[in-house]
Parts: sequence; C-alpha cells; structure tokens
Amino acid sequence: MGGFYGAVVVRGFRRYATYRVATAAGVFTNTVFGLIISYSYIALWNQRPHLGGYTEAQALTYVWIGQGLLVTMALMGGGFEDELMERIRSGDIAVDLYRPADLQGWWLAADLGRAGFHLLGRGVLPLVCGALVFDLAVPSSALTWALFAVSVLLGVVVSFAVRFLVALCAFWLLDGTGVAQAAWITGLFFSGMTLPLNVFPGALGGIARALPWSALLQVPADVLLGQHRGTGALLALAFQAGWAAALLAAGRLLQAVATRRVVVQGG
Amino acid sequence: MAEAEAEAEAEAEAEPRAVAPGAGARTPGPVAESVRAYGLVVAMWMRSTMAYRTSFVMTALGNFAATGLDFVTIVLMFSHIHALGGFTLPEVAFLYGTASTSFGLADLLMGSMDRLGRRVRDGTFDTLLLRPVPVLAQVAADRFALRRLGRILQGGMVLGWALLRLDLDWTPLKVLLLPATLLAGAAIFCAVFVAGAAFQFWAGDAAEVQSSVTYGGNTMLQYPPGLFSRELVRGVTFVVPLAFVNWLPALRILGRPDPLGLPGWVDFLSPAVAVLCCALAGLAWRAGIRSYRSTGS
Repeated sequence: MGGFYGAVVVRGFRRYATYRVATAAGVFTNTVFGLIISYSYIALWNQRPHLGGYTEAQALTYVWIGQGLLVTMALMGGGFEDELMERIRSGDIAVDLYRPADLQGWWLAADLGRAGFHLLGRGVLPLVCGALVFDLAVPSSALTWALFAVSVLLGVVVSFAVRFLVALCAFWLLDGTGVAQAAWITGLFFSGMTLPLNVFPGALGGIARALPWSALLQVPADVLLGQHRGTGALLALAFQAGWAAALLAAGRLLQAVATRRVVVQGG
Repeated sequence: MAEAEAEAEAEAEAEPRAVAPGAGARTPGPVAESVRAYGLVVAMWMRSTMAYRTSFVMTALGNFAATGLDFVTIVLMFSHIHALGGFTLPEVAFLYGTASTSFGLADLLMGSMDRLGRRVRDGTFDTLLLRPVPVLAQVAADRFALRRLGRILQGGMVLGWALLRLDLDWTPLKVLLLPATLLAGAAIFCAVFVAGAAFQFWAGDAAEVQSSVTYGGNTMLQYPPGLFSRELVRGVTFVVPLAFVNWLPALRILGRPDPLGLPGWVDFLSPAVAVLCCALAGLAWRAGIRSYRSTGS
C-alpha cells in the first residue's frame, strides 16, 4: 500500500513538472515580489534593529524563505482543493469513494508531490536570487537544514489538512469558492507571509503564533534562522506535528459524515 | 474603404445597441465598435454573476478583505515606527490609495486579459477569432468579474482616509491632478495588461510574468519611492513607466521631491504617458495577433 501512495506522490510531482514555462515565470514573479518586500523590510529594520528578534539579514532571509514556500504551502490557493470541490459538485466524488484508495490519503499523496515540485521548482531559485542581491543569514549547519526539511514537510501536511477540511465544505455548500477564498486570505495573513508573526503586536501576535497557519511559514523559517535551538527546535516540530494530527483527524471525521450525505443524482 | 468607414460610423451612431454584421477586427471605426462589443459581453457576464447573488457578495467581500490585508500589514508596521522611508502613515496611505484605486479600475476593466494564455493553449482562442466582434474587446471582457469592485472600494476608502488626515496645501492644479492621476494610472495599468497578454502569444504559459508587473507594480507603488534602489526606481520610470501611475504626481501633491531629481513638469506627464503606453500596447497586441498560430486542438 505504501508503494501505491508513493506512486501517487511521484505522479503529483510529475504533473506539475510539465509546466516548465509557467514555473520559470513563477520564479520571476517570486523574485520581483521578494525584491519589493525586502526593500520595505530594510526600511523597517533600519529604524528598529532587532525588531521581532531578527537582525536585518535574518529579516531579509525570512522574506526569501517566504517567497520560496508561498506556492509550496499553497498559501494563495491553487492546490488540489479546487479539483476536489469540483468533483464533489459534479458528483464524480461517488466514483472516487468506490475506489480502493482512501480519499484523504490519495489527495495527501498527490499534494505532497505537488509541494515537492514547487519547493524545488519555485523555492530554490528565488532564494539564490535573494542571496545574490542581499546579505542573507543562511545557516551552514547540515542539522539545521535537516530540521528545516522536516519542518517544511510537516508544514505541507498542515496546509493540506486545512485545505482538505475547506474542500469538504463543498458537500454542504455546493459552491465552495467563497469558503476557499476566505481560507487562503486567513492563511496568508496568519502564516506570517505579509509580516513575520513575531512582529505582530501584543495579544494578536500570541494568538497568531498559536494558530495552525504559523506552521506553514513562521515555524519553518524560524527553524532555518536558528531561532529554535536544541529542544526548542523539537518543540517547534512537535507543535507542527500536533496541528497536523489534529487537523487530519478532523478531516477524517468530516469525511465520514460527508460521505454519508452523498446522493448520486440520476441521469 | 472610406465609404464603408463612414457607413459603419453612421450606423454606430444611429443604433448603438446593434452589432454591425461582419464587424471583425479589421472593420472601420474599431474603437467605437470595440467599446460597444466590450459593453455587450460585460453586461452578459454581469447578468450571469447576479444569478448567484450570495456568491457574488461573498467573493466581493473576499476581494475587499484580501486587498485590505496589504494595508493592515502597513498599519502593523507603523505600530513599531513613526515614519517609513521618511513618510508618515497618512502619506503612505495616500500612495496606497492612489495605486490601489488605479490598479483596481484596470483590474476590473482588463483583469481578464491574463486568461489569454489558457485560451491559446486549449484552442478556444480560435472561437474568438471567428466571431464578428473585435478580439481585444472579447478577451478583455471575458469572464468579467464584478467582484473586483471590492478592490476599488478598499483603495478608495484608504485614499479617503488619507485625504482626511493629511493637511495638504491644495491649489486648483493639485485638485485637478488627483482625478487625472487616478485615471491615467488606470490607463497605464490597462496598457500593461494588454501588452502582457500580447506577450502570451509568444510565451504561452507565462501569465505570471505579467502579474509581476501588474500586482508587483501595484505593491511597489504603495511604498515611498525612496525605499527602493535607484536602479529599480529608474526602471519603473523609464522602462515600464509605472512611476507615472502615482509616484510622480503624488510627490507633487504631497510636496515631496522625487528621488531621481527630475524636472518639476514631469509630475504632470501622467496623462501623456498613459496615451503613449496605450498606443504601444495596441501595437504589441496587433503584432501578437498577427504572429498567432493555432495549436489546432
């Protein structure tokens, strides 16, 4: 069974790998946005050095990690959820439920493949471009990079679990576009994509850091920037794993409720 | 040819609601014809949008909230500082409001242009070529999204707040400059949308390059120009003239010197730059259409 889901991961990767021109165009866009945000952060950190516990180099590195993870974490939508919602709306979902593969497992595998491609295709090059223009605080320790890789993987699972819940709303709403949009807007803000969460003032910052979306960008970035060390790093990964498990379980529960609602329309 | 032109124009004046038979891209009076066709397609999409009112209200609110987050981010930044690049929050809000309103207008009118790449790829672009309606109007009005009013509303509100908070030294010229800036800015962004779409005839899958100039440009213009490196500011002044969308006229209204030290009259050039951009975009679009080869699918 593991081999089966492995094959789905590979197919998910390959599916996105076919869009080479689109990927190159995406790298270009990520780089342009990275440049613009970098300059605004430089102005901010010039006046408030060590804002949020970051040096200017760390803040700039944060920008480019963000650009690298933007599509990997599907922070602006565009993952599997549109397709799943369309299958629920059209009724094709009934066929999926008869297949000898678990619905959640299947889409998780496909989404891991997609995320893997985007991490390589649209994550690495913008970071390299950023490093060419600015002084970045990129760690040299292999252990830090290994922890970062685990953190990104856990982040992708949390991102998937949230979007799976959103997609299942289509069983009740038929048109899930509004919910999907509300979800990615919330995610974009509370992941720390627009501004690092440790720069958010007071209670807002505390709440934002406890929400699941911080697992998508803030935690992986802090792991790479060495903000979490030793047991702190393990706690950060445990935070992500905890949200992943809770949200996957919620998705499983909702899936069970939802599939009992499936009515196949005749004709 | 001249006779046909006069005839088509007369018809356009007499019966503005009818679609002239055989009014293809090469038909005389192309501007009036395009505007009319654009209006017809837009009206159709608006009726279709209004069939699902709840969905429309939700997505329009979503559009409002999504664009509003950019401004919330700026406000959060100002919880730590008093000035960004030497600009106060109301001054940054003025830049934000002018850029967002112009971009919102262009996005509403022409934002569907980036679907062209997909249409070229799946072969449905050929259908547009066969219809007796100007192609540019069809592409621009394709899936017209009324929900984009959300962005204009949000940008307009931030601009309104900025104008209330700023103590500006208004002269009649400056009062005229503000609406001229908003319209010229929208026209420049429209030209970028058209030129970007023309580029997709060659590049196919590269809609995101267009996004980097449109959405990226919009984001950049929300911040004071002094933040960015000189090369970048030169690039958006002389290469892709986005600085004329709001930076140069806004600096005049706010009474700030521009970082490139250009002569003062340049601040009033936005309308002229907008006309030039639209003309160039039109040429690029024609060249794009001529080079188009169907995928045959």
